Amino acid sequence: MPVIDKAIFDELKQMSGAEFINELIDTFLDDAPKLIGELKSALAANNADSFRRAAHSMKSNAATFGASQLAELAKALELLGKENRLHETGDRLKSLEEAVTSACDELKGMKS
Amino acid sequence: MKPSHEPGNMLVVDDNRVNRLLLTHALEQNGHNVSTAEHGKIAMDMLRSKTFDVILLDIDMPEMNGFEVLEALLKDNDLRNLPVIMTSASDELDRVVKCIEMGAEDYLVKPLNPVLLRARVNASLEKKRLRDQQRKLFRTFATPEVAEQLMREGFSLGGKYVTASVMFADIRSFTTLSEKQEPTDTIELLNNYFALMFDAITANHGTVNQMEGDGLMAIFGAPVFQENHREQAVRAALEMIELLKVFNEQRAIQSRGQIEIGIGIATGKVIAGYTGTQHRATYTCVGDTVQVAARMENHTKIAGKPILIDEFTREGLHGPIHIEDLGDVTFKGKEHAIKIFAVNA
Repeated sequence: MPVIDKAIFDELKQMSGAEFINELIDTFLDDAPKLIGELKSALAANNADSFRRAAHSMKSNAATFGASQLAELAKALELLGKENRLHETGDRLKSLEEAVTSACDELKGMKS
Repeated sequence: MKPSHEPGNMLVVDDNRVNRLLLTHALEQNGHNVSTAEHGKIAMDMLRSKTFDVILLDIDMPEMNGFEVLEALLKDNDLRNLPVIMTSASDELDRVVKCIEMGAEDYLVKPLNPVLLRARVNASLEKKRLRDQQRKLFRTFATPEVAEQLMREGFSLGGKYVTASVMFADIRSFTTLSEKQEPTDTIELLNNYFALMFDAITANHGTVNQMEGDGLMAIFGAPVFQENHREQAVRAALEMIELLKVFNEQRAIQSRGQIEIGIGIATGKVIAGYTGTQHRATYTCVGDTVQVAARMENHTKIAGKPILIDEFTREGLHGPIHIEDLGDVTFKGKEHAIKIFAVNA
């Protein structure tokens, strides 16, 4: 599974235009560490709703750029938050963090 | 239907920055003006201070979520008819269904498809324009309250039988008075007089549907049904007399002549419907009840009482209203005598 689904990304790029896609990528790069931070502090505080919301945003952003694997991981975390099962998070947050790093690296290279 | 490509004022409500950027960009490319809000509370503030044509609303947001925004919109007379397009992830369609049931116009799945976005936004804009036109049309003949209810529940142009209370009101000694004053004073007098009478009628849920010279006709209990339309009509009449007293006091201070009015109210079945053209429409009632009300208004001069009502109207009164039985009267052109009653202030 590629980190970024080329077809989805190209569609986004076509819709956005070369200039705007860079702004979008920058926003993703800017928000991703913030969302990871929110997930971590929500987990530490056992705040399921805040956890769910951060995971939901991550899922949405990942889906927009075609980062399908990241979207799947985020969706799983969103579900944990929704069902108030944060104790089952395990190393899933770590996997998500890795997927975020890969997606960010890839997207940096895709800027026009 | 002509597709609309005119720009509109869009409000994008989403807590996700990427989504806000994307939606804003796509909408701006279609020529629209776009404002954004990070959550429902900010959106509601913006909606109350600026006019928008379409809202694109996320469901899951902090502070005030999409459901809460929909609820707030529904409660607001000015915002109720604003089209809302839900923007949601593909895995939350069950929640979108709930939003549509709550009154949302349409939905879009994120990530966005620009072609669908344009189509749905344009469709919503067109609906907004039609609704605005309709509203304007309603307001030419109905009170804002009635207009809103008609907008919500719809109405049929065709005539139908309804039970309503019909009121006629006329200035009794107007002609002699107008001879004594300047034409501009007469028009000013009429305008001030009508403004007061309208206030009393609309405050009691009536609709003024005709004005002619110094007379007016109003309907209670239609086009929007009111359980206690008979009492509302009588309360309106009492308020009209009360307001007229104040009006006359003011005129006395200005050394201007006093006016007296007569009000006739009859209740019964009437044929009601909307008549007119797109630019000027009126809710009209015709039938025997209307004639009786007109005759009763005329009869106030003979009876020497400002407010006369028929028996059916009297039967609908429950509050402490002072009624005087004036016996039977046979109106010209009518076969049967009817009982009439005076309402005393």
